[in-house]
Amino acid sequence: MELFKNTNYDFLGKKWPFIIASLVLTVAGFTSIALKGGLKYGIDFKEGTLMQVKFAYPPPDDKIRAAMLNAVKSEVSVQDLHGSGAENMVEIGTEAKGAAESQLDTNRREMEGVLAATFGQPGSGKLDLNGASRDTLQQRLRDPLARAGVPMSDQQLKDLAGNILDVRDKQHSGLITDFNQLSSVSGINAGIMNTLRQECYLAPYHVQGTHMVGPKVGAELRVKAVKATLYALAGMLAYIAFRFEWIYGLGAVIACFHDTLITIGLFSLFNKEISMTVIAALLTLVGYSMNDTIVIFDRIRENLKFSRREPLEVVMNRAVNQTLSRTIMTSGLTFLTVIALFIWGGPVLHGFSFALVCGIIVGTYSSVFVASPIVLFWHNYTDKPRKSSPAVTGGSAPRGSMPPAESVRKSPTRAAK
Amino acid sequence: MSKNLTTRTVVIVVVILICIFGVIGFPKSKADLIDNLRSNIRLGLDLKGGSHMVMEVQVEDAAKGDAQQTLEQLQREATKQNLAWASADVNEPQSVNDVDKVTLTIRGVPADKSSAFRDLVTATCPTYALTALNTTDYSLKLKPSDLEDLKRETVQRAIDTISNRINDLGVAESSVQQYGQSGSVYQILIQLPGVDDTAHARQIIGTTAVLSIVGVDKTHDTFFTSREDALAKLGGIIPLGETLAKMKPRPGQQGDEWYLVGKTPVITGKDIRSARPGQDDVRKWQTSFTLSQDGGKRFGRYTGDHVNDKLAVILDNSIVSVATINERIEDSGRIMGLSSEEEAVDLGRYLRSGSLPARVTPLFENSVGPSLGADSIHQGILSGVAGLLAVVTVMLLYYKRSGVNAVLALALNTVILLAAISYFHAALTLPGIAGVILTIGMAVDSNVLIFERIREELRTGKGVLAAVDTGFNKAWWTIVDTHVTTVVSCAFLFLFGEGPVRGFAVTLTIGLIANVFTAVFVSRVIFDYELSRQRRLETLSI
Repeated sequence: MELFKNTNYDFLGKKWPFIIASLVLTVAGFTSIALKGGLKYGIDFKEGTLMQVKFAYPPPDDKIRAAMLNAVKSEVSVQDLHGSGAENMVEIGTEAKGAAESQLDTNRREMEGVLAATFGQPGSGKLDLNGASRDTLQQRLRDPLARAGVPMSDQQLKDLAGNILDVRDKQHSGLITDFNQLSSVSGINAGIMNTLRQECYLAPYHVQGTHMVGPKVGAELRVKAVKATLYALAGMLAYIAFRFEWIYGLGAVIACFHDTLITIGLFSLFNKEISMTVIAALLTLVGYSMNDTIVIFDRIRENLKFSRREPLEVVMNRAVNQTLSRTIMTSGLTFLTVIALFIWGGPVLHGFSFALVCGIIVGTYSSVFVASPIVLFWHNYTDKPRKSSPAVTGGSAPRGSMPPAESVRKSPTRAAK
Repeated sequence: MSKNLTTRTVVIVVVILICIFGVIGFPKSKADLIDNLRSNIRLGLDLKGGSHMVMEVQVEDAAKGDAQQTLEQLQREATKQNLAWASADVNEPQSVNDVDKVTLTIRGVPADKSSAFRDLVTATCPTYALTALNTTDYSLKLKPSDLEDLKRETVQRAIDTISNRINDLGVAESSVQQYGQSGSVYQILIQLPGVDDTAHARQIIGTTAVLSIVGVDKTHDTFFTSREDALAKLGGIIPLGETLAKMKPRPGQQGDEWYLVGKTPVITGKDIRSARPGQDDVRKWQTSFTLSQDGGKRFGRYTGDHVNDKLAVILDNSIVSVATINERIEDSGRIMGLSSEEEAVDLGRYLRSGSLPARVTPLFENSVGPSLGADSIHQGILSGVAGLLAVVTVMLLYYKRSGVNAVLALALNTVILLAAISYFHAALTLPGIAGVILTIGMAVDSNVLIFERIREELRTGKGVLAAVDTGFNKAWWTIVDTHVTTVVSCAFLFLFGEGPVRGFAVTLTIGLIANVFTAVFVSRVIFDYELSRQRRLETLSI
């Protein structure tokens, strides 16, 4: 099967619609960011306290909000989590711009207390099995088990507690709704089951994670993220300027910058949160977009060696057409893997996969319709009097292009053996 | 050619074997297989569950404490020399940044005694620099180098104490280290992989645990119900050298309990050599402790003089236990009446590790329970498998037999990646799994580059051998360029990122490096093998 054999589309001639589309998207993104008062920060960058709680039934957001309102000083937000694997999960958090770290700590304790008071059975004197740790379960069960005639050594008790919690966490996402679900725990018998029912109850929620970001660390993390992105772009610019002409490097970097800006704008438009993993996705997509651009530039450079008299635009078009098959295949395949992540990757990777889904689409077209036109504009501007492609002549020859061509001549002999 | 081909094939087989061994060892059964897998591939905090905390050591506490101790020393020495002043105080630092501003101010030194005063200061506290504010008032501050020493020691002692407490908790692979961020060297990073009770861990780490055992006032040795109640019964004045302290609330207690206790401790945490939790005859929890020689003598003298009086054990300004002295005790004792096993065990931990030299406040925390981690692993594997299947299907359909070539290279790539993670003891995080999945997509790119080139060369009429050769050679530099740029990107992610993101950078980088090997070397070998088996090199299934 072969698609895209010997195509001859005039990509660079049709660049204007895409350039305009890019500008529109960029402006839309910025407007969205401006209107919404900045970017929506996720866990790593948002100052405040955050808890991820899984409920045994669709979580009653309003009830939680009302309960928190009375007990917690700072404003509490309750949000449902989306994505596969995030059924009945909520994110409860306080956002605290400028609040002292001690306030955040207090907030967290208050929120935990409210959950226990509203949904738990604090007055019963029993232990909440869905919130217990290995040590507390062990300590709780020791005496009752001895009294119930099921004496255990310390090690046996430790193992039993560990097994119970393992089944709870690995098979039931940390939330047990019925004691019978524990019948598969190794080492369990009727006596132990009875003691469990006596000493413990099952709260309908389980806190899966807590996060707290104080203002000091929040600010540092944000600065680091920006630095990472800028340095990465600079590093790539340096490498490409070294391998090609500097204008190619600049074109590639502008294209990547454009991809990043549009993706961030889309995040704002669709109300998605930006966390450190999203930054990782952005940097990946910068690398990926660079790849695409390099492949095309490589081809342009190769073609320029053989067509000194043709206009640059024609040479570029031919390069794009020649690499079209590869571009579509690679983008398509990478897109397939990223879509798999988006659909099945779960709530934690949601932002990450969304960034990549948008980024791959934008990154692919930016190599053709942003990076190449920039080089084209520059050369047309600087070489107005001449019609032929200037990039090969004299001192502006792409550096580093000679060795590969030469090495091609040497190797055929090896393969012929 | 066949000899060259054989050598290369052997190299590949050896690499495969080393990698498979790295990932699953020599399993003798299925359970063994899973065990080996689990121990070889280390899971990051976000997949295993655990806690990652950044704490700030409030070094200004230590500076203030030092200034106060110096003041007391000065006052003692001054009394010996009949030197006196009107008033003295230490200012109150508001935050860590104020540590350099901690000042001891002494006012009202008689002008004629100023030289005696200066001599006293130089003799008693040489680490302090004296500045005259006017003829009678002076301010003292720690000299800069001594202040630096104090800051450094405080942070180090905090790290050591917290390390001891955490090791005592028994969290495997936990770590406590200095965390130098821009602007602050007072931060500590604590990592507790697999800890399942983060609330308890937080408590253990954050409790300053200043312990003192003081005498309870002889005449008023029962508790008061509130501060006001106490003042009323004492006639509005608290006796000199004594203060009011509150009992820590216990389950079943009706209302608050306040006691009138001495200010100067008989025993402090420094005098305690070791401690152990246990149960007494009626199965109530207690913590027994042994004292140092010095402390033992002091304790012996005090208890000998105060039989039938009461003692109060105070931890961080709350009374933990009140008990009557039955007889003279020399070198050990028991803190009784604790409410639970956990309290007794924790108290033992605090006594053994000592108190923190300054408060620690949490600046950042990321805690994930093991359930979230297990869910994440399921989701990661599911999407990985889905993505892989999609890619394999498309490659086979589009490139036919050469597609098989690519799929084999891809499989080897994944195996090498997992093995490298195992050998380098890198932690696999959820973004790391995403990195593995992304590597699949990017690895395929190299193959696509080569195959498309080969197709092009074939179209120009080149022979199969030449086409394959040219395809590989022309694609080589492009492959290098694309991989280097993504690796550069990952390098910056690694530098600026934390835990999970670093895992991503590492897995992607390893995957890309492995890919250069599989896509170029291994693919080539497979092609050459296939071509060497054909009798007439006319067609290539691509």
